[in-house]
Amino acid sequence: MSLNEIYNWGRSNSVWPLQFGLACCAIEMIASTMARYDMARFGSEVFRPSPRQADLMIVSGTVTKKMVPQIVRLYNQMAEPKYVIAMGACAISGGPFKQGYNVLKGIDRYIPVDIHLPGCPPKPEALIHALMSLQKMIADQPLTGEGRPRHLKPEGASEFPIPHQGEQDLEPPCNPHIWRPPAIPRPVTA
Amino acid sequence: MAATGDSAAGHRLNLDPNEFGTTSESSASVETLEQILPRMKVAIPGVTFEVVPNSAPGAEPSWLVDREHALSAAFFLRDDSTLRLDYCSNVTGVDWPERTIKVKVRKGEPGAEKEVEETRVVPGYLEVVYHLYSMAAKHGPVVLRVRTPGRGNDVSLPSLTPVWRSCELQEREVYDLFGVHFENHPDLRRLLMWEGFKDHPMRKDYVPPDDYEYEPTPHDEILEKAQARLARREASS
Repeated sequence: MSLNEIYNWGRSNSVWPLQFGLACCAIEMIASTMARYDMARFGSEVFRPSPRQADLMIVSGTVTKKMVPQIVRLYNQMAEPKYVIAMGACAISGGPFKQGYNVLKGIDRYIPVDIHLPGCPPKPEALIHALMSLQKMIADQPLTGEGRPRHLKPEGASEFPIPHQGEQDLEPPCNPHIWRPPAIPRPVTA
Repeated sequence: MAATGDSAAGHRLNLDPNEFGTTSESSASVETLEQILPRMKVAIPGVTFEVVPNSAPGAEPSWLVDREHALSAAFFLRDDSTLRLDYCSNVTGVDWPERTIKVKVRKGEPGAEKEVEETRVVPGYLEVVYHLYSMAAKHGPVVLRVRTPGRGNDVSLPSLTPVWRSCELQEREVYDLFGVHFENHPDLRRLLMWEGFKDHPMRKDYVPPDDYEYEPTPHDEILEKAQARLARREASS
């Protein structure tokens, strides 16, 4: 067993999430920590009430534009290495509230998301699957070379600009360094 | 809506739409609007008070009061010994934009009158709706409406928070989303949108920011938006 494997084994089995919930997805997140699903089996039982002690941000629910600065600020306050699970349709894209004037169309516009977990809301099994996928991703990360994680790169950004609440919308509407509008896969015709 | 009366209270408020505004013979203790109105006009000189009918299946009428006398009318509704509307359960707003209606008018010389259609502009206004109940007399709801003169700069109404404390947050919501300015409100700030937001999103003419770039299956208005976006992207690239 190499040092790399031991290091990643330790990291991936002690992913402590940040304790905060945004909407109905948070109820499923809570359920996944309870006895029936028991996320403690994966080393993630300790939801930390402080961003300084957390490794994982589970964005569980609709992100309103009023809430975005607080979420980005909490992410910035987390210590590296840190990961993000966008839980549910709302956190990924705005979900059923996408056409609303007050809803952010996906938290990946402002912070880098590692796991996109679809569902409305996702079942606790799905959240555990997302966590296991994240663990696998962490376990596969090399510690040297080009593919090493962001926190081992000297130029890797750890903090991301907090958007300003403007007169109509958040300014800027997205962080162009980490998010670009996806290309439409087929021509739009009437 | 028939009021559920408490016989111990001695009086009941008759809000049955079929009997509304007429003297009910079914029960002597039931009070109708006809009996309330004279009392109200004595208590508040100069008040304009009318019943707005409701064509919906529920047929629940509402009471429209002019804004100059809204505060004293609210105090009257709360303190009157029969009405005792001591609980405001809900405050909401309605935006009525300017609209044109067609009216048939008889015109011409006497004897040779003709019916002519004329278009008239009904100016827009904002309306605040209060749902009132009486915990003491166990009746309600009474729907109270107050209207602003217009939708532009003249959008102030008296705050009814001094009468019913539960109005405070809900009037803040109406101020935030409809832009009604409540005079003498203890703490008139935005409630849902952030400080510095300039618009009132629940108004009919509100244009939301064009902030979603991607829609997998666009249709109708979203299709138009997506096409405009695609054209802009192709022009820029």
